[in-house]
Amino acid sequence: MENILTINNLTKKFGYLTAVKDLSFTINKGNVYGILGPNGSGKSTTLGIVLNVVNKTEGNFHWFDGNTSTHDALKKVGAIIERPNFYPYMTALQNLKLVCKIKGVDTSKVEEKLEVVGLLDRRNSKFRTFSLGMKQRLAIASALLNDPEILILDEPTNGLDPQGIHQIRQIIKDIAANGTTILLASHLLDEVEKVCSHVVVLRKGEKLYSGRVDEMINSHGFFELKADKHDELIKLLETDTSFGKITIEDEIVTAFLNNPMSASEFNKLMFSKDITLSHLVKRKESLEEQFLQLTDNLN
Amino acid sequence: MIRLVQLELQKLLLNRTSKILIFISFILPFTVLILSSIKINVFGFFTLELGELGIFNFPIIWHITTFFASYFKFFFAIVVVSMIGNEYSNKTLKQNLIDGLSKKEFILSKFYTIVFFSLAATLLIGLATFLIGLYYSSYTEANIIFREVDFLLAYFLKLVGFFSLCLFFGMLLKRSAFALAFLVILYLLEWIIVGIITWQFNYNIAEKIHNFFPLQSMYKLIDQPIQRMVMTKFPDKADLAYDYALHFHEIVIVLGWTALFIFLSYRLLKKRDL
Repeated sequence: MENILTINNLTKKFGYLTAVKDLSFTINKGNVYGILGPNGSGKSTTLGIVLNVVNKTEGNFHWFDGNTSTHDALKKVGAIIERPNFYPYMTALQNLKLVCKIKGVDTSKVEEKLEVVGLLDRRNSKFRTFSLGMKQRLAIASALLNDPEILILDEPTNGLDPQGIHQIRQIIKDIAANGTTILLASHLLDEVEKVCSHVVVLRKGEKLYSGRVDEMINSHGFFELKADKHDELIKLLETDTSFGKITIEDEIVTAFLNNPMSASEFNKLMFSKDITLSHLVKRKESLEEQFLQLTDNLN
Repeated sequence: MIRLVQLELQKLLLNRTSKILIFISFILPFTVLILSSIKINVFGFFTLELGELGIFNFPIIWHITTFFASYFKFFFAIVVVSMIGNEYSNKTLKQNLIDGLSKKEFILSKFYTIVFFSLAATLLIGLATFLIGLYYSSYTEANIIFREVDFLLAYFLKLVGFFSLCLFFGMLLKRSAFALAFLVILYLLEWIIVGIITWQFNYNIAEKIHNFFPLQSMYKLIDQPIQRMVMTKFPDKADLAYDYALHFHEIVIVLGWTALFIFLSYRLLKKRDL
């Protein structure tokens, strides 16, 4: 698979504080990646290093096949870091044209990209008159100007109202649907879960996990169950080796699977044991549950 | 290179404040020049015509116009420090780098712009001086007209050097107001050091050392012409004579400072985490 970004043993120290510690991962073409971690876990620092604005302390990284210099590679990258940064006295159009000049691309796509983010009718308004949501959308338009190989977004919905968040997510999904590789840093788990196929989990600058979202923890999911014969159900589950942990909450029994089993298989099994279920749901842990489990395991 | 200048010009010319300041720094010296070259009748009492004083004669006119015009550099100096300060306060410096501008290109785009405006100012002042000189000067032989045209070179180097200093202060302090304050501090500091050396040794040594300092070395490129103006009126006063010519070593010192300031600005940006 084609490599977009390779990071090897990257370390960044700010004085005594180690913001990123021995971090390695690879970004391949065509996937949507999430970098997940609480505030201060080194997400923005990592992105800052690969985007040429923060100096690394140790380790290395390279873009694409490793033969392009970082600033040339960045011309093929679209990135938004934290807040949208533009010249407040210029209009949307003028700002985007300036970005075109920096990236060395033709200005013909400016209006098309403004259309994508729904700002075409405000193209001649000065940037300082924009709301935060509009600024963020302009930043996305700007990042798309060069039809980037990879789009890097650092907390793109931070500080937006629900409507703004929805708009941004919809735009990201549309872009991902076009096959653009996306790297999304966020502390919002549901955001990553909704958009990403792969995830890198960071905590205090260290990598806890990198890989597919659905393989994040070794889990076969769990059943949520309710039956009239409550006690018999629990007894049965406790004796069956297919089940691990069992928790009970408000008559709902949650049984975690040790090996794969489908809901109908389970239902058949219960029926043969003369237990009729009034409630049966098979679920996988949400990313939030997985994330907490992952971080808990290391504590 | 043209791309980098274009980038910076767009940033500057779309900003109303810098547009006005650039306009002032270019237009004001001309207005003063032209106003001083016309005959002014002061309420019918007497007519004031600077042209008759002989200050618009070639070759001294080169000296006089470049000396006085260089004071208007302060307007453009504000533009230079604010073009760095704004990039920091708007965080557009960071965005520029993310968009694919290298740190070297960023500094170069500022430096090329400085050279561009200095060159434009030099050409304009050269042209205006030439025309006014042709109109007023008693001597119009080509070898006299162009004898001290090297003051234009001095003017150009003075502007480039001074603005490079402003660029460096802007990069160092990230805020325009601090950078301008630092210019004043540097000026005072140079004189304080001169004072200390004079006190410890003597003024001769102090003056020699002073000529190596950034601001003074730029000032020395065009020595004050007032004494020379007086000399033309009283040619017999030999004790007024002084060395006002442009010297090679003066050029080297200023070029050295310019190179140092640009290099340090680059180093600063390279080392800094944004």
